[in-house]
Amino acid sequence: MNTPTQDQPAVADSPVRRVLRDFFRKPIALISVFVIAVFCLTALITGLCALGGIYFPYDPNATDLANKLRPPSMAHWLGTDNLGRDVLTRMLNGSYVSLTVGFVAMTVSLLIGVVVGAVSGYFGGWIDNVLMRIVDALLCFPSFFLILTAVALLGPNIWIIIVVIGLLSWTGTSRLVRAEFLTLRETEYVRAARALGQRTPKIIFRHILPNAFAPIFVTAVVGIPEAILIEAGLSFINLGVQPPQATWGNIITDGKSYLLDAWWLIVFPGMAIFLAALAFYLAGDALREAADTRSERK
Amino acid sequence: MLTFIFRRLLIATGLIFVISLISFFMITLAPGSPYPWGELNPKISPQVKEAFRKKFHLDRSLPEQYWLNMRDLFSGRLKSIKDERPVLERIGERLPATLMLNVYAICVSLVFGLVWGVWAAQRAGTWPDVVSSVASFALIALPGFWIAYLILIGLVKHASVPVLGTQSYGILFPNMLSMGLDRIWHIVLPGTILALGGIAVQSRFIRATVLEAMREDYIRTARAKGLPEESVFYKHALRNAIRPLITGIGSLLPALIGGSLIIETIFAYPGMGRLGYEAVLERDYPTLVAINFIAAALILLGNLLADILYAVVDPRVRLE
Repeated sequence: MNTPTQDQPAVADSPVRRVLRDFFRKPIALISVFVIAVFCLTALITGLCALGGIYFPYDPNATDLANKLRPPSMAHWLGTDNLGRDVLTRMLNGSYVSLTVGFVAMTVSLLIGVVVGAVSGYFGGWIDNVLMRIVDALLCFPSFFLILTAVALLGPNIWIIIVVIGLLSWTGTSRLVRAEFLTLRETEYVRAARALGQRTPKIIFRHILPNAFAPIFVTAVVGIPEAILIEAGLSFINLGVQPPQATWGNIITDGKSYLLDAWWLIVFPGMAIFLAALAFYLAGDALREAADTRSERK
Repeated sequence: MLTFIFRRLLIATGLIFVISLISFFMITLAPGSPYPWGELNPKISPQVKEAFRKKFHLDRSLPEQYWLNMRDLFSGRLKSIKDERPVLERIGERLPATLMLNVYAICVSLVFGLVWGVWAAQRAGTWPDVVSSVASFALIALPGFWIAYLILIGLVKHASVPVLGTQSYGILFPNMLSMGLDRIWHIVLPGTILALGGIAVQSRFIRATVLEAMREDYIRTARAKGLPEESVFYKHALRNAIRPLITGIGSLLPALIGGSLIIETIFAYPGMGRLGYEAVLERDYPTLVAINFIAAALILLGNLLADILYAVVDPRVRLE
């Protein structure tokens, strides 16, 4: 399966290229990458504008009590909330917060998970035993409750939320990386590198890690929506990023008191969370399939 | 088998103490205090403060506090800081409701996940399979509280069905049966919403396992000796779906216990999640210690059960 065919010369068929080619061949992958790109671009633009103090179409925190709880209209495309704030503006301004939480929390958990998994899988022995028992212990906590406890005790600040989510959700990644390392450390090229007298960190990071890249990248993509959903869940119990900063989660939380009168306060921000999370999950799944050398390709 | 169970129980006991240590120090070292009054409130006399501290061992050092908390937990004397009722009694009121909700959610996840996963595996590579895989990720990506609200809006506006709490109020039930049915009805909606993600995860898992099994040599052998395709699928490939089902029992539990807090809040369902959330906000250390302990014990028990079931259904698994 890995042997180059007639029309594809061996040079062009590097593993990464092959995975990318298979990935972009799937319509679902293309659509989800497009959706992710739209969300990220929107978040980037509104985020940069917010840094410069520019808001559009309205000021996200400008109250207008004469126009409160208005359904979607030409002036307010997605309606207004209980203080007359424009829902579309707040959602735009929430997008970069939610995506930042997703990306940064994923990065934190990935870093810890990769290091713990690599050390555990490469060295084995008592180090592996100790690290994996810690993972076991962490897995015995109901994870959302653990995150909630930490955030409630430390105070719901965006960076605390990000770090807590990252610190408490690396267990899956570490197990996966460990499993990869267990098989890869026995391969010939690793033995050769060891025989050549290369230092351990170099073997781990230069020789083994790149070969475990695909599954790690997939967990990274899937980790983003998980963090976004956790932040939304925290928002729901008032422990998410605090108002007046809008996030998709806390717009819903603010709107839940007007559940039966103002459906647009619930439906639209929820839709944003749902679509963003779905796009990341589908992209992650397509990537996993593209990287999976075992699956049959017809 | 017995030695295996015994060894696992030993490890589990060790783990539980590590967990209780972590949770205790995490809770007590965090900023904030459990006093029912502001710490600098001048109206509270030092004697009252001292008596309060003494009552809940807050005057001791942390290791001593941990020891006293654990001792009191096991002898049933541990009292909540909030209302000074025994913690075990407070949890005992909530535990059955949470267990019923979670057991229902796990059963729903396993049954629907199995049916869905097998259905998708039979159609692997066709467009119904693509649609079903998108649908399963859609269920995972759904924020639970959002879908709960949408369903609530629909139900309350268009059909007046009782959805809150554990039972209907203001109705005298003629017998135990109708009361039980009423309780079950109050579990169905929150339990099903709680199970949505689990159904999807489970179906993906089962689809993958069955597909992997279809590539095995024994399937080729079964086909080669001329067995009809249904028999190959249902008798040979499908048995492999049992493994993910069992893993599901062990892996769904922690997620459910945490996730049920949000659903319990929305449906005013008096469960453990809600109790734990309130305890966190009130810095009710004894209650938190006990809840973490019981939740961890439940999860470890679930894992042990899954491991034993593995050995029972799969003779290749040896328990040493």
